[in-house]
Amino acid sequence: MPEKTYLQALNEALRQEMERDEKVFIMGEDVGQFGGCFGVTQGLFEKFGEERVRDTPITESVIVGCAAGAAASGLRPVAELMFVDFIGVAMDQLFNQAAKMRFMFGGKATVPMTLRMPQGAGIGAAAQHSQSLEAWFMHIPGLKVVIPSTPYDAKGLLISAIRDDSPTVFLEHKMLYGVSGEVPDEAYAIELGKADVKREGSDVTIVATSLMVHTALAAAEKLKADGIEAEVVDPRCLNPLDKYTIIESIKKTNALVIAHEAVQYAGPGAEIAAMAAEEALDYLDAPIKRVGAPFCPVPFSPPLEKAYIPDADDIVAAVKSIR
Amino acid sequence: MTPDKKTLVHMYETMNKIRMFEKKLQDFFAAGEIPGFVHLYLGEEAVATGACSALTDKDKITSTHRGHGHLLAKGGDLKLMMAEIFGRKTGYCLGKGGSMHIADLDLGILGANGIVGGGGPLATGAAFASKYSKADTVTVCFFGDGASNQGTTQESLNLASAWKLPLVFVNENNGYGISCPQCKSMAVTDIADRAAAYDMPGVVVDGNDVLAVFEAVSEAVKRARNGEGPSLIECKTYRWRGHFEGDACTYRCQEELDEWMGKDPIPRFEAKLVESGAVSKKEAAAIQDRIAKEIEEAVTFAKQSPFPDPSELLDNVYA
Repeated sequence: MPEKTYLQALNEALRQEMERDEKVFIMGEDVGQFGGCFGVTQGLFEKFGEERVRDTPITESVIVGCAAGAAASGLRPVAELMFVDFIGVAMDQLFNQAAKMRFMFGGKATVPMTLRMPQGAGIGAAAQHSQSLEAWFMHIPGLKVVIPSTPYDAKGLLISAIRDDSPTVFLEHKMLYGVSGEVPDEAYAIELGKADVKREGSDVTIVATSLMVHTALAAAEKLKADGIEAEVVDPRCLNPLDKYTIIESIKKTNALVIAHEAVQYAGPGAEIAAMAAEEALDYLDAPIKRVGAPFCPVPFSPPLEKAYIPDADDIVAAVKSIR
Repeated sequence: MTPDKKTLVHMYETMNKIRMFEKKLQDFFAAGEIPGFVHLYLGEEAVATGACSALTDKDKITSTHRGHGHLLAKGGDLKLMMAEIFGRKTGYCLGKGGSMHIADLDLGILGANGIVGGGGPLATGAAFASKYSKADTVTVCFFGDGASNQGTTQESLNLASAWKLPLVFVNENNGYGISCPQCKSMAVTDIADRAAAYDMPGVVVDGNDVLAVFEAVSEAVKRARNGEGPSLIECKTYRWRGHFEGDACTYRCQEELDEWMGKDPIPRFEAKLVESGAVSKKEAAAIQDRIAKEIEEAVTFAKQSPFPDPSELLDNVYA
């Protein structure tokens, strides 16, 4: 199977969906000739032209709202915000408009839009360009939240997000764009809401998302040296959340650690931990542990940023505190 | 552009329909029969009627929190609207939306909206979809003087102009953003002046003159259909009631209200119709009787309809 980067996998998904369905178009900041801030839309402007790959003004409310209005009018927009941090400007159009339209209108509206947003720290972009905000979107009924960790998942999940009839927030990690992995050339869809076990193990379940999947896998190798076999479960979607796969893993390992880059306090791990406590407590023989960012904005200076982002040692320490 | 007789009669019917519908709601709200709250359109009937009369069934609108007039003028069904406002299962939104969220996508109504300035970006999307699909449809975005200050509105005006979208921004300037008078919330006298910043036509019309609204919107619609891009039409009008039912209106004086009630758009239009011979006094009375009856039927339908069952709560969160 050919090797591709996460970025190439996303680009291929966009290209193939645009070839398949004329209703799919791209809009966002610098997505045209410039090819997107991180290069995800490179070559698409040349292939599909400016009608279908549309540069917008730097006005996030109308990017999100225009996508929602176009989606409710029969198109299938893929909108991009340059950084997830900019969603604050456009939040009303996402959470009060796009997410609620179908429900408020008694099922009469369909809003098949995808909103792609890079998130995450690691490039020295500081407090307003580095956040992980998935918990915000998880809290909004009506939105689906997709958060891929590998090139293979990125392509299959983006294709599913575009084909899905509900508004979908698609969160890419900017430190993953250069990561390579096997990706089939043909188009394929990965069902939204299906977790993937990235590593099998018997002693502890580590539920990790996005970049933290890779960190958890590195932690698992360290733990292996100490005789602890960790199972790494990547939910891939936070809404819908694949409770079944997580609980099945807990039944096997009887211990749960959750790792994400978002701020730990009221982060996505809180929901996963609560779910496990409510539905799988009988299978747990140790307290649930969470690994997330500390409760502060993302700092700029490299040593501070490094201290902010959870690393493999943090995950190892969390596991060892219960195993 | 002079409308034909059929259009004139339809306008007269529509204005009366909105007036009687809203008065009925005023009474029911006072009697505690309507849940939540309502924002009535009384006094502004000429704006929605004039604007929507310039549209075809396939054209689209986005509406506001004060949306009943827009929805009725775009062809909204009296029974389904009344039932929705009463929170019944038979309403437009199965009782899920209420007064501020009524939509009928088949009629091109992309929804009333509970957020001031919320509709502008959605309207750009609807207009873009028309352009992208070469559908030859136009979108009208209704918004108030308060919404005209919102960033979303400015972003939408800008995008619509930059992309030459088939979009007509119809501003209903009723002088107050809730309690705050226009002079305290913006430095301009005419909201239409802001069109110049986006290189689009900006027109001020008497919002209590249905024919003036119709004419200005028709011109803008024609321009939009010709691919010449958006326009901004400011309709100066006044709401007879408070921002919401129950608003004590301490921020404005009786003289001001009396002055505007003297400019009631319905008798003004009726006088013109009778004078021109388009409608006789007798015909006008017959139209009013018929609409009053239709509204009574809608009330009966709404009141006799069941409430939604709690088992329906989670329906339609996702597609």
